[in-house]
Amino acid sequence: MSVMKPLRAVGIVGYGAYIPRFRLSTTEIDRIWHGGEALAPIREKAVAGLDEDTVTISIEAARNALARAGIAPSKLRAVWVGSESHPYAVKPSSAIVAEAIGATPETLGADWQFACKAGTEALQAAIALVGSGMADYALAIGADTAQGRPGDELEYTAAAGGAAYIVGPAEEALATLEGSYSYVTDMPDFWRRPMQRYPQHGGRFTGEPAYFAHTEAAVRALMEGLHIAPEEVTWAVFHQPNVRFPRRAAQELGFQPHHIAPGLLAEEIGNTYAGSALLGLSAVLDIAEPGQRILLVSFGSGAGSDAFLWRTTERIAERRSAAPFTRAYLARRTPIDYGTYVRYHGKLHMH
Amino acid sequence: MTIPSYWRTRRQRLSLEGEICPHCRRHVFPPRDICPYCGGPAKAAASLSGRGTVYSFSLVHNAPAGFEPYAPYLVAIVKLDEGPLVTAQLTDVSPDEVSIGMPVEMVTRKLREEGEEGLIVYGYKFRPLLQAEAL
Ligand SMILES: [Zn+2]
Repeated sequence: MSVMKPLRAVGIVGYGAYIPRFRLSTTEIDRIWHGGEALAPIREKAVAGLDEDTVTISIEAARNALARAGIAPSKLRAVWVGSESHPYAVKPSSAIVAEAIGATPETLGADWQFACKAGTEALQAAIALVGSGMADYALAIGADTAQGRPGDELEYTAAAGGAAYIVGPAEEALATLEGSYSYVTDMPDFWRRPMQRYPQHGGRFTGEPAYFAHTEAAVRALMEGLHIAPEEVTWAVFHQPNVRFPRRAAQELGFQPHHIAPGLLAEEIGNTYAGSALLGLSAVLDIAEPGQRILLVSFGSGAGSDAFLWRTTERIAERRSAAPFTRAYLARRTPIDYGTYVRYHGKLHMH
Repeated sequence: MTIPSYWRTRRQRLSLEGEICPHCRRHVFPPRDICPYCGGPAKAAASLSGRGTVYSFSLVHNAPAGFEPYAPYLVAIVKLDEGPLVTAQLTDVSPDEVSIGMPVEMVTRKLREEGEEGLIVYGYKFRPLLQAEAL
């Protein structure tokens, strides 16, 4: 199978990040639960405040993306939110976000779901919508306020944050799309049944056959299909459930540590699920020079990966200062203790 | 919040959409279709920048129904750059960090949840201006 390319050339015309200000450290979780020391997957994770959720995170990320795009919100013909933590079971987050940013009423709206790749799935669809000529601009968001069962290894990393991307014509893009590829199998590495508060996962099974197999297959197919070698790529951004997984996948695919460094945020904010790879990309776009290739690859449990190859244009330098940089949100940091964390996330549900 | 009032107020509540008076060109918020400054009809919707400064503030300990989970929280009167005064919660800031004249910006946050089964009401709050240049 070949690489996917739209009929009309498209690219990212605006992007925006959002990360809540609160941080919960691995050390603090260990103070309560013990046992996680050996895992020590990250230093700390970003935690949503009492008045924040996937909708509010999406709204701020989308406003930042609109500021960079410099287009009227009414020009968006799709507002798509990918998440596994939509505030309502039934009532689209996308409608609330679209209203808040001024994109209503002439727009598509839908919530996407595919664990941590819900946002990049929406991005593929946005590329298709604009690339087919049906729309000039489409907004794809990946955002989450992820939860792990108290004391579970997921609790160390499940974090909150998101990023938004406006896809538009290549002539207006900060980064044009060279091609994309998606790879999916029915993999039972992680799931959550309806009405259940916390997910189940396959423990060590989440690595080899899930994260690495899907991520690497998608990247190989994309790069071979486009005849691009790792040396021809300046930056590579992976889904980052921790720091270890993306580092190893990068190495196995022939990338060097300098390729992934600026887009690897997990040490500072944890795994923001649908926001994870997309926030990594926003951090890279904040610093990229014109003419550089950027590889983006997500991974969502269940399982699949979306891989994209972008190339920055001259417009990147002139547009990016129109909204706060990803680093500004990383720098805005208020540590909290476990008790405050429990309060911010409602009662302490053990099941 | 009733369903009609949720729907009717959606734009002003979510994005601080007000009106502009065609006679004296002043911004009106909340929208009321009559200019409070010159008394003329003012029905043209207009976005506000969301930027302003803290005019006065107070810490609420005894929260009204629906807001209990957030107490204690800060409520401020914000003077918007375009002129109108708006009463709203402050967020992402602790009481000892707030001062009169502090520059703030509008964000859309969760205002309250109507129990476990009801609506989630989102709306404007203000936070200290984000230091956007940090890189
Ligand atoms: Zn007037």
